[in-house]
Amino acid sequence: MKIIQSTKIVECVQELCTQSCCILPSKVIETYKQAKNNETNSIAKEVLGQLIDNASLGAKELIPVCQDTGMVIVFVTMGNQVQIQGLSISDAINQGIANGYKKGYLRKSIIKDPLNRENTNDNTPAVIYYDMIKGDKLSIDILPKGFGSENMSAIKMLKPTDGVLEVEKFLIETVKNAGPNACPPFFIGVGLGGTMDKAAVLSKKALLREAGSIHHNEFYKQLESDLLDKVNKIPFGPAGFLGKTTAFNVFIEAYPTHIAGFPMAITICCHSYRHKGITL
Amino acid sequence: MIKLTSPFIDVSTLSVGDKVLISGKILVGRDQAHLRMSEYFSIHNKLPVSVKNAAIYYAGPSPKKPGEIIGSIGPTTSSRMDKFTPLLLEQGLKVMIGKGKRSETVINSIISNKAVYIGVTGGIGALISKKIKSQRIVLYEDLQAEALLEIVVEDFPGIVIIDAKGNNLYV
Repeated sequence: MKIIQSTKIVECVQELCTQSCCILPSKVIETYKQAKNNETNSIAKEVLGQLIDNASLGAKELIPVCQDTGMVIVFVTMGNQVQIQGLSISDAINQGIANGYKKGYLRKSIIKDPLNRENTNDNTPAVIYYDMIKGDKLSIDILPKGFGSENMSAIKMLKPTDGVLEVEKFLIETVKNAGPNACPPFFIGVGLGGTMDKAAVLSKKALLREAGSIHHNEFYKQLESDLLDKVNKIPFGPAGFLGKTTAFNVFIEAYPTHIAGFPMAITICCHSYRHKGITL
Repeated sequence: MIKLTSPFIDVSTLSVGDKVLISGKILVGRDQAHLRMSEYFSIHNKLPVSVKNAAIYYAGPSPKKPGEIIGSIGPTTSSRMDKFTPLLLEQGLKVMIGKGKRSETVINSIISNKAVYIGVTGGIGALISKKIKSQRIVLYEDLQAEALLEIVVEDFPGIVIIDAKGNNLYV
């Protein structure tokens, strides 16, 4: 049995929040730079240059790269040999978020109820997903999700006889609808299979992938690349001011599903591709 | 690059795609501030703050650190303000600054009120914070990040998305 004190989880989550909102992963900045080289339109180049400058300023002065520091989505993978002492793991994660958002001067965007919109003042609660596995490791990945892009995410129950064409059609429709509202160039998470809710979670989980990473499965590797090419035929470009780069990556997560169905969910993530994880 | 300075008396010479640098006073407000201003108007038949020849930036900053003027402050999605926008334009608002598309109704109101909609790159809130020289709360302090602010900006960069003739960069 491996014993982890809840105070350790609080500290780690606090750090993950402040770091992820102010310091973008180096692979993300590399992605911006590659796209800037690839663009021919001067405004597109200028916007990508702004993203690069903004990222370096955020990291240097610990200023959130985007004022919308999101609702925190947390993926926890917990081994069956791990025991947590003190607070429950959910309480510890939320405590870490509350501390991180206060100490990091991050925006508190969470309200208690969608109809009675009173701020909780500490950016909790998070949306937490748990996966229980064998072993003595505890992994926590956080994804502070901004709502400019979340508002343009979508879900559809495709037909069981639908194929790649329908997947592409729904993706293109969703990206066209998102347009300049959701801060392109996007990182797009696609969840295929499971149930309606599972597909949505998969589309979020896909966004834990590193920028520029390639799918481990040959079929999906090709599909991701084909879909990205199709998305980039829509000329929204950086910030929607026209250009070749409407999305940086399409990431797919697939899961078994039912003979009668084909759920598909799309999470649009803006260019601020923020996520960070830790394994204890 | 065209320099624009408050008050914004005539913006009808700006054309779609023009790059602008804005300086001077601009209001900052988003969803809840718009809702409250519109509710105030329906009771008092006037707005709680003058928007004549004014600019409004759709944004809700992150909290400021000690010693800083303001936190991260990029634009939020403008279309959420669409249902309140014609009212503000009819009361003299000339410049809207935000990101994303506007409705047909808003575009028509932009034309009839000779206003302009300026786009800012979304998600560069750290960079934009450096263009802001001062800030004060005008109304609705209880709304925190959504309070109505007045900021003084210098060379705040934007691009004309919809001009006073209704030409639209996004079409």
